[in-house]
Parts: sequence; structure tokens; C-alpha cells
Amino acid sequence: MASQTTTTPFGQVSARRKAVNGAMTVLIYGAFALALIPLLWLSATVVSRGVDRFMVDGNGDEKFNLDFLNQSMRGIFGGMPEGGIAHAIAGTLSITLAATLISVPIGLLAAVYLVEYGKGTLKRAVTFLVDVMTGIPSIVAGLFAYAVFAVVVGPGTKLGIVGAVALSLLMIPVVVRATEEMLKLVPNELREASYALGVPKWLTILKVVIRTAAAGITTGVTLAIARVIGETAPLLIAVGVADSYNLNLFDGRMMTLPVYIVSEWRKGDQPCNNPEIACVPEITEYRAWAAALVLILIVMALNLVARLVSKYFSPKTGR
Amino acid sequence: MTTTHDRAVGPDEASALTARKESSADKVFAGLSGTAATAILVTLAAVATFLLIEAWPAVTDSAGTLAARVEWISPERGESLIEIIGFLVFGTVLISTIALLIATPLSVGIALFISHYAPRKLAAGLGYLIDLLAAIPSVVYGLWGAIVLIPALQPFYQFLADTLGWIPLFAPGEDGTVSGTGRVALSAGIVLAIMVLPIITAVSREVFLQTPRLHEEAALAMGATRWEMIRIAVFPFGRSGVIGATMLGLGRALGETMAVYMILSPGLSYTLNVLQSGQHNTIASFIALQFPEANSSGVSALIAMGLALFIITLLVNMLARWVVSRRAEFSGAN
Repeated sequence: MASQTTTTPFGQVSARRKAVNGAMTVLIYGAFALALIPLLWLSATVVSRGVDRFMVDGNGDEKFNLDFLNQSMRGIFGGMPEGGIAHAIAGTLSITLAATLISVPIGLLAAVYLVEYGKGTLKRAVTFLVDVMTGIPSIVAGLFAYAVFAVVVGPGTKLGIVGAVALSLLMIPVVVRATEEMLKLVPNELREASYALGVPKWLTILKVVIRTAAAGITTGVTLAIARVIGETAPLLIAVGVADSYNLNLFDGRMMTLPVYIVSEWRKGDQPCNNPEIACVPEITEYRAWAAALVLILIVMALNLVARLVSKYFSPKTGR
Repeated sequence: MTTTHDRAVGPDEASALTARKESSADKVFAGLSGTAATAILVTLAAVATFLLIEAWPAVTDSAGTLAARVEWISPERGESLIEIIGFLVFGTVLISTIALLIATPLSVGIALFISHYAPRKLAAGLGYLIDLLAAIPSVVYGLWGAIVLIPALQPFYQFLADTLGWIPLFAPGEDGTVSGTGRVALSAGIVLAIMVLPIITAVSREVFLQTPRLHEEAALAMGATRWEMIRIAVFPFGRSGVIGATMLGLGRALGETMAVYMILSPGLSYTLNVLQSGQHNTIASFIALQFPEANSSGVSALIAMGLALFIITLLVNMLARWVVSRRAEFSGAN
């Protein structure tokens, strides 16, 4: 037996432990590979099916065109090979812009409070509730905005601004969290240097702290926009659907890109009975995929902008 | 405001030194930021208040006017408002549970891959790939799930029912086949799993990365393999973080609307057969389905459901945050 111990080098791993280690390594690599499948599959599908609509022209023939981006759905019915998302893009942009205008001042100031002024119970309460607010289901945000306007304006109010309120409820916590993180990164020495020069606190915050963190805050806000721009459920409830252009947030329903995808998808295949009229049965599905492609491109562009801003505009630290 | 031991600064002098400009501008700015912070508290209270106001007519309905005015509420069929909410809560929990059962082990694996297995230089980029999954809008998941994924999964469901049909969960319908469309609870659960995966991964990854270096090195020095090191050093440290992450994922899964709405063929029952269509629905998806055509009583009833969903997710999220923050206090890493 003595020879056994000498031939087994100290620290050698038994076959079983080796096997377990190897198996877990495979499993962990496998988990990552598995997660990439839906990402790649979904992206490939959206791109390949998204171009279908762009390949159908007004006569139902196969020819590349960008009508989809310029047309609205006004006067479009059945399997007409026309119809686009111009009104939906306009609606999405104006509602998201309004939501941003509501959320950013509140979110920014609340973050300033948390980092620069806050203490005691209020600070803890706000920090905790911002975390909790991140978890509000988007449909509840839609119901909330609907309920507010039902009480204040009257039942059944469906306007662009209602959707903007719903989206800002989802956006505020994201903006607060991101801004707070960025403000915390500003070194205290900068604040002290500013105080030492006799600059009052509010000016220090505005001109030193926020300016230093500006790139990070911009990144955070851009990511928050990217998050809410694809929200569907609250807009389905608070804004409804529309077929034509409407840029007035305070008058009438609006179409938005995510809601457009759902409503086109719900229409299903269209019957084509008259061979005289240009008609494409699957046009609704083409439109849904093409709108999904545009939406994903917008979201990805926002993500890219956010990363570029944080890469090129943040102050260079030693790290 | 005493600064040194030698000399106490007099009150006049102190105010002269610190904030000569403790002026109105300063007060206004402090007031503004305080107001914004308070506004967040007020907003959260307002959410509950306004939902309650609008839900009140449905909640307090006792004379049966609700059943008369809303077609999908019929107490005689066992579908009064509270009974429907019961079905929906069951469906919501069932589908979220499926999603978490799939997503949690996968996410922990991915988080470990990024924190401990992947080459250092690649780790950040690979983590970003997973984050991209979170950037895809839920409606696109719904579209993809409904048109592409489900038809691909349907044969697998039939196989599952043929081989494991004796388990009640995978039991096929009476004719021995599963739903031909695949618009079943399991499909919704799978798509939700993909959607909560990046959340659970992101939080777990952060926790795993905070494992004290010394613990890991000590484990390795004792001759542990990489997996054993993870089991004895990383997991005990990260357990509550992973639990919290899972609950955050649960919060997301409970409230997810569009993917379920587009994928699931809805129904109301307490059955566990996740391979049969027309059996389940979730609160959020039910609201989205009924809201566009609802009359005032219907809206009130749907908002009552929204209130129920709000309270459930609020509790889950509070619990999750509490679990995660408790970890932060007791860990030696920060």
C-alpha cells in the first residue's frame, strides 16, 4: 500500500471528480450556446421575413421599394399590397418624445436628490420604491394612465398623451437608477474643489457634477428610451389604434409601431377573390414582420448610440 | 461646525466660511430635487389610488349588475369576477413557474460562463450578447413565437405527450393528441423563459463576480477542481443573490403581456395540462384581450384585475429587493 501512495502524486484528481468537472464545464458552455439560439434565430427570422414587404410594390409585383416607410394605413383594406408605417413611426416618436420630456426632469432631479441631498427615511424609501417601480408590469402602467385620465378628463379617454404618461411611469425608475449610478461615480474631490472656490452647492451640482456625469446620463436616458419604445401593452390600452397620421398628442388616437405589429398580425391572411385587383393574401403578415424589423433596428440603433456616447464622451478616468 | 480641536469656529464665522451663498437659488434647487423624489412616492401611491377608484364599481358590485353588463362574467357558469381572477392567477403562476424552471438553471450557467469560464477578454462582449436578448421588444418575441417557434415546437410536444404522457403535466387530450397549433401554456412558458433569461443572468453575474478572490483561491489551493471551487466558494456566496434574481425574473414574467397574448390560446381552468390549448390565460394577457372591446363595467372589472396583478408583482419585487439587499449587507466583499 505504501507504493500506492507514492505512485499517486499529491493532488491528483480522481476520475469521478474529473468527470464531474468536465461535465459541468460542458453544461455551462452549453447553457451559453443554448441562449444564443433564440437570439440568432429571432434576428435571422426578423431580417429575412422583414424584407418581404419591401419587395412588394403597389401592383403586387416583386420589386424593391420603400413605400412601406412613406405610406400610412389610410384607405387600406383587404389584401391591398400597399400600406405602411409612416403614421406608426410618427406616433411612436411623438409619444416616446413626450414620455422622455416627462421622465427625464423628474428622474434626473430625483437622482440628484438621492445622491446629493437625500438622507434618512425619505432617501431609503425613494431608493427602495424606485427599485420596486422598475418591476411594475407595463400593462398596469397602461391601466394607471387610463384610470387617471378617466377620472380627470372622462371615461374612455384615449390620447397620445395618456400613452406618454404610461410610458413615463415605466421610464422614470430606469432614468433615476442610471443617473444615480453615474452621479455616484463623480469623485468627491471635484465637489470639494468647487466648494473651495466658493461655488454654491446648486451651481456645483449643475456645472460640475452633472456635467462630469453627462455622458453617462445620456447613455442611461438613451437606454431607457430604447426600453420603452418597444412597449406594446400600455399603448394598446391607453392610446388605441388608428389608421392615419395624427401628430396631436391631445386629440384622438394614435398608431404606434409595436401596436401596429400586433394589429396587422391579428388581421391574418386576407381573401383575394378578384383577379382584376392587385392583392397579396399574406400582406398583413409581411407588414407585421417589416414593422418588427424597423422596430428592432430603432432599438438596436438606440443601444448603439448609448454605447458610443459612453465610449467617446465619458471623462477619462485612470482605470 | 467645529473643525479643529484648537479652535471652535464661531457661528458667524462658520456661516461666512461655508455657505455665504446658501441663497434662495440653493433652496429652490434643493426643493426641486426633493419634490421630484417625493413625486416618485406620490406616483406609486397614485397608481394604487387611481386603480382602486376605477376598480371600485366592479369590486363592490353585489347586486349582480356586473354580470348583467359584462358578457364574459357569468356567475352561473362559475365565472364570477373573483372566480375568473382565481383562474387567471393560477394560469399566471403556472406559466411563470414554467418560465423560471427553464430560465433559472440556464441563467446560472450563463452567468457562471461569463464570470468564471469565458476568456477574460471575451467575457464583456459575450455578456453584451445576452443583454441584447433583453433589448428585443416583447411584441417581437410574440410575433416570432407565434409564427416561427410554435410550429417548430409542436412535433416535440407530440413526442413529449407520447413518451411522457403518463405524467399529468404532459397528458395529451382525450383523443391522444396534443394541440395541433402548439398555442399552449408550455409555449408561453418557453418564450417567457427567453425573455426573463437576461434579467436573471445579469443579476447573478454581478453577484458571482463579487465572490471574494481569496475564497476562490483558497478552494483551488486545497485541490478543488474548477466546478468544486464554484460549488464551495461561489454558490454559497451568491445563493441569495440568485434567489433575488430569480424573483426579479418572476416579477417580469408575471406581468408580461404581449408574448402570452400572441402565443397562448386562452381559456379558463385549473388544469395542469400544459400541452393542451384553451386551458389557461394570464391576468395581463386577459386584460389586453378584453380591454379594447370592454364597456365601462368591463373596464372597471379589468382594472380590478390589473390592481390584483399590481399588488402581486409589488409583493414579489419587494421580497426580491429585500433578499438581494440583505445579501449586500452581510457580504464581506463590499
